[in-house]
Amino acid sequence: MSDTNKQLRVSKIRDGTVIDHLAAGQALNVLAILGIDGSGGEGVSIGMNVPSDRLARKDIVKVEGRELSQSEVDVLSVISPEATINIVRDYEVVEKKRVERPEEVTGVVSCPNRNCITNADEPVVSRFEVLSDGLRCGYCGDIVREGEVAENLDVS
Amino acid sequence: MRQDHLISAAQLSRDDVEAVLDRAADIDADLEAWRQRRAGSVLGLCFFEPSTRTRMSFDTAMKRLGGRTVDMGPVDSTSVKKGESLADTVRVVEGYADAIVLRHPLEGAAKMAAEFVDVPVINAGDGAGQHPSQTLLDLYTIRENAGLDDLTVGVMGDLKYGRTVHSLAEMLTNFESRQHFISPESLRLPRSVRYDLHASGAQVREHTDLAEVLPELDVLYVTRIQRERFPDENEYRKVAGQYQIGPDDLDGAKDSLTVMHPLPRVDEIAPEVDETPHAKYFEQAHNAVPVRMALLDMLLEGDE
Repeated sequence: MSDTNKQLRVSKIRDGTVIDHLAAGQALNVLAILGIDGSGGEGVSIGMNVPSDRLARKDIVKVEGRELSQSEVDVLSVISPEATINIVRDYEVVEKKRVERPEEVTGVVSCPNRNCITNADEPVVSRFEVLSDGLRCGYCGDIVREGEVAENLDVS
Repeated sequence: MRQDHLISAAQLSRDDVEAVLDRAADIDADLEAWRQRRAGSVLGLCFFEPSTRTRMSFDTAMKRLGGRTVDMGPVDSTSVKKGESLADTVRVVEGYADAIVLRHPLEGAAKMAAEFVDVPVINAGDGAGQHPSQTLLDLYTIRENAGLDDLTVGVMGDLKYGRTVHSLAEMLTNFESRQHFISPESLRLPRSVRYDLHASGAQVREHTDLAEVLPELDVLYVTRIQRERFPDENEYRKVAGQYQIGPDDLDGAKDSLTVMHPLPRVDEIAPEVDETPHAKYFEQAHNAVPVRMALLDMLLEGDE
């Protein structure tokens, strides 16, 4: 498939963020991480299972007028370590970066252990150590495998 | 040992463990010499679920060091009943006490509590998580009976929810040991403990039948299979019956086998085993006081 065809599927944005090289099937999880459900009025374009030289198949998410916070990028790096983030201004990519796996992620993933103190009514924010293939709760020690992260996203 | 809190077995190196056990042995040898060691210190006892041995042994340990204890009492008669958070409770108790012992039904409770206070927090059991001070007294008992190196340890019972098992497994990785875990399939070690054992390169094998491994063992650590973990009473009975030991079940074990149990037992170990030289669980319970004296003394020393 040519670049032109890809562009037809996922239109250009004027200002915002393009999250590219997402693992196939992760686009909707990325929207969940960003808290985007359509009600906020953001312009969003999604490409799913788009052919990719690097990944064979990939997802792309383009969000108008929005840049990602570090904690959002941190979680994104766990569910899709190959992702790239392009900051677009006036239709031009002004910054392009690969995500880096952080040492920990804070506040964006819920511990799946319902008996963990972070799921009680306490003034504590969830904190996970990033392992090579998942996350580990900084409080109860429970392990969330990479494939389970998306279903434990703490987004509202 | 230079620690602010004792939350998890993973915090302690071999040197840390041996320092506590050595001090406990010194205390055991001359209790009188330690009687005024912590005079003037106050220990806060915050037990959010029932406990007999742990609460009483910490209470006794502090008093034998010359200190005092303040006990928040049963949860039903405290502000917790009114909806006070754990974070607030420990911050209040911090104003009364020089150290806090916390037992709580939720995993990670002690870790969180430690983030809200400046006095040392000792995790006295957090749900199915950890119980590191129990493990220190377990290791004290093991050292006295079997030594701590070149050990083959079998741990049998509820390995999934047994916090004493999780702490023991982790702390044994500091020593030259082979660990055998014997349980029903449904109560195998949780993923997080397996992860740590694997990461530390521990020699670990899992079994469903004690007979497979009994002759190799230097120590057999038995825990209670908790009835409340099983939705079906029949399933519980079927499983629990396979993990009970009587004197005949120990035929074929080494003469020097040490049988331990954190107590309370229900029917995992028949009373007849008490009369055999293998039984060390009451000795294990008695060791709680010198070991917790040593631990309190060292944590309060670090706080000076």
